[in-house]
Amino acid sequence: MDFFNDLVTNPGITKAMWPAFIETMQMVAIAGVFTVIIGLPLGILLLNTSQDGLTPNKPLNVVLSGIIVNITRSIPFAILMVSLIPFAKLIVGVSLGPVAASVSLTIGTIPFFARLVETALREVSGGKIDAALVMGSTKMQVIRKVLVPEAMPGIVAAGTTTLVTLIGYSAMAGLVGGGGLGRLAYNYGFQRYEPAIMVVTIVIMVVMVQLVQVIGDRIARVVDHR
Amino acid sequence: MITVTDLRKVYQQGDRTVVALDGVSLHVDAGQIHGIIGHSGAGKSTLVRCLTLLDRPTSGSVAVNNQELANVSDSDLRTARRRIGMVFQHANLMDSRTTAQNVAFPLELIGTPKAKIAEKVNALLELVGLTQFADAYPAQLSGGQRQRVGIARALSSDPDVLLCDEPTSALDPKTTDEILALIKSVRDRLNLTVLIITHEMNVVKQACDSVSLLEAGRIVEHGAIATVVADPARRLSQALLPMPGKLPADLPAGVVLDLLYSGSQATEPVISSIARTFNVDVNVLAGSVENLGAHQFAHLRIQLPEGSDITAITNHLLANGVAVTPKEAK
Repeated sequence: MDFFNDLVTNPGITKAMWPAFIETMQMVAIAGVFTVIIGLPLGILLLNTSQDGLTPNKPLNVVLSGIIVNITRSIPFAILMVSLIPFAKLIVGVSLGPVAASVSLTIGTIPFFARLVETALREVSGGKIDAALVMGSTKMQVIRKVLVPEAMPGIVAAGTTTLVTLIGYSAMAGLVGGGGLGRLAYNYGFQRYEPAIMVVTIVIMVVMVQLVQVIGDRIARVVDHR
Repeated sequence: MITVTDLRKVYQQGDRTVVALDGVSLHVDAGQIHGIIGHSGAGKSTLVRCLTLLDRPTSGSVAVNNQELANVSDSDLRTARRRIGMVFQHANLMDSRTTAQNVAFPLELIGTPKAKIAEKVNALLELVGLTQFADAYPAQLSGGQRQRVGIARALSSDPDVLLCDEPTSALDPKTTDEILALIKSVRDRLNLTVLIITHEMNVVKQACDSVSLLEAGRIVEHGAIATVVADPARRLSQALLPMPGKLPADLPAGVVLDLLYSGSQATEPVISSIARTFNVDVNVLAGSVENLGAHQFAHLRIQLPEGSDITAITNHLLANGVAVTPKEAK
């Protein structure tokens, strides 16, 4: 019964859990918003500068796709986070805490999300793009009125996957000074060996992921008219 | 009207040069439906892409109502493209848009006011008979309905030319008839010039006033339906009004003639006239009779007994406007 008693009395749960949860939400929310704001245009650029895009541009595509996206994605996230600490300090002025961690998180997930967006956009049939061009669309109109709306179910699914990944990454961020549930689980659960903390943290993370997935799937269904 | 002059398209494929279009010229008057028929690989797709300027032709010109399209700047190209409305084989509708929103697409592009769009979309949906499906998404429509939406969308920018790329190739025969009837009725109402690119001879038979045969990037035969059918030496005639079946191997001795004539040319019943005038028995081996280009055409294979005066009979037939092709009897 110690374990269950611990659940309601352990200060790690009663006092530290809520602020940690808020920090995690902060990281996920900030990084999520910026990932979409930067990653969506980057995904569009990845597709349209490629050979079969609207505006093929080999040098730009090589830089974006080959260098920036692929290199960022091939660095293990924990290492990327540590190496980006000076950069985070430059951007937000601090190197510790959820806001600083958000910078590294965003940079870590942008290439991931951009690649998924590119794949979703590639699914839009060439016939639809031809039809839009024949009707007199500018390239910008093709992107805004055809590519993005037609790929919306895929883009929403990409967003869901990215958010789930972000929740996982945010826990890792806790280890290098980001705070949040990750740090809580590490400090209390691992270093002090308090299994109740570990279990509760895991449950919260699982519920968060499930919620994101269910809501994401639902939105994807609403925007999917295929 | 649309005039295409000496259109050429040359691709570079590795170190091989591919001539996809080798000097295509054609002219279609306003209010006419012209069919361009060809097998796959004849250059149909390239021709479509050059006519819509999705690909720039290597040389030559495309002019709609005497306004040149092929050599305009990129910014004028978008305006120029609106002169040609296009109907695709698979409709190519936007799945994220309802029927009404799909038809509104070309109008949105040029910033037409909402009220004007609604008015125009309603009129077009009525024209194609889809008023009650205005809020349906393409996935909820049948293939024929989707093609109707495609036609309404193509018409919404008030084009002078309607270019249909295999418009019925993905449809069943009944729906094909309905779509072709719709294309004809819009042509009548709006006095459109219509180009139908297809591999289906049936489409040409049903809908076209004139036809071109595209082969290896060239137009090898062209003309009004009635003209091309009436000449049995033409491949289009053989394709439009083929002789059903082959010569049977166990045919009794005699002379076999293929006759081709139209209802207006043949001044009297042909078969009974030969029988009466020359006192011979005429055996009809095969034949087909069809309405093509507002004329009735008959293509008959007859056998005459050995020893008949073939020269006299042939001359008699020719005098009556019947094209005669002697066949090798077995």
